[in-house]
Amino acid sequence: MLIQILFYIFSTILVISAIGVISTRNPVYSALALVMCFVTSAAIWLLIEAEFLAVVLVLVYVGAVMVLFLFVVMMLDIDLAELRQGFTRFAWLGWLTALAVIIEIAGVVWAKGGLGIDTSSGGSPNPADYSNTLELGKLLYTRYAYPLELAAMLLLVAIVAAIALTMRHRPGLKKQDVDVQNAVRAQDRVRLIKMDAEKGP
Amino acid sequence: MISLAQLLTLSGILFSLAVAGIFLNRKNVILLLMCVELLLLAANFNFIAFSRYLGDLNGQVFVFFVLTVAAAESAIGLAILVVLFRERRSINVEDLNTLKG
Repeated sequence: MLIQILFYIFSTILVISAIGVISTRNPVYSALALVMCFVTSAAIWLLIEAEFLAVVLVLVYVGAVMVLFLFVVMMLDIDLAELRQGFTRFAWLGWLTALAVIIEIAGVVWAKGGLGIDTSSGGSPNPADYSNTLELGKLLYTRYAYPLELAAMLLLVAIVAAIALTMRHRPGLKKQDVDVQNAVRAQDRVRLIKMDAEKGP
Repeated sequence: MISLAQLLTLSGILFSLAVAGIFLNRKNVILLLMCVELLLLAANFNFIAFSRYLGDLNGQVFVFFVLTVAAAESAIGLAILVVLFRERRSINVEDLNTLKG
């Protein structure tokens, strides 16, 4: 019963903040609402005993990806008024699509035998000494070892691509050029002058 | 006990809100990227709900990979966005017509 109440509370917050993401004027508020979405989703995932993924969602998404989003939103000097033009022109189409999709999915899910399975149960709870992280780790490092390495490769490629894309070579920048430094000869830099020694007073 | 139907409905609502967001904010690339993140979150909800319903952990492993790919996607997407803004001083989708597509 408590789990049901918590589920409904978190779902309400999730849906409200999802509406916030798509309808606020300022992209910064959208990003913050999306953070709220991820946090409440993590709470719901905890309720359905996906503990490891809940923690990963908060660490990776709220901690890294959304901070990146906020950085970019605040870094760019965007003309919001121009981007908001025509917001209401297709708004009815957007909401209509959303409503149609919700009605369709709810119809299939809640109809008797709609999916061919009993959707009113939710699976059995795990025993108290069950470790989600341990079981997931066993699976990841045995059966999914090769896909895991592919995922690591993908992240590496993403890092390289992101850095290569955003790196820029501005002219007139004072920076070291190793070739030029190595090619320097002593006579280019040091000038020896013959002069008489100073006489003391 | 949270039933499968409740979770599927929640993820359906989330998914359709994200689709509506793509309709509403079709000029702003940043908001489009955020809506894609929301779509992926809704898909992950389905994976976890069925993983619990069937008592099968493979679904959760899949969510792990989806999170990885989504993180890479948003990193590259935002990098492209920054380069785009540097070139064009705008992130309006309608200004991106160089390829005449």
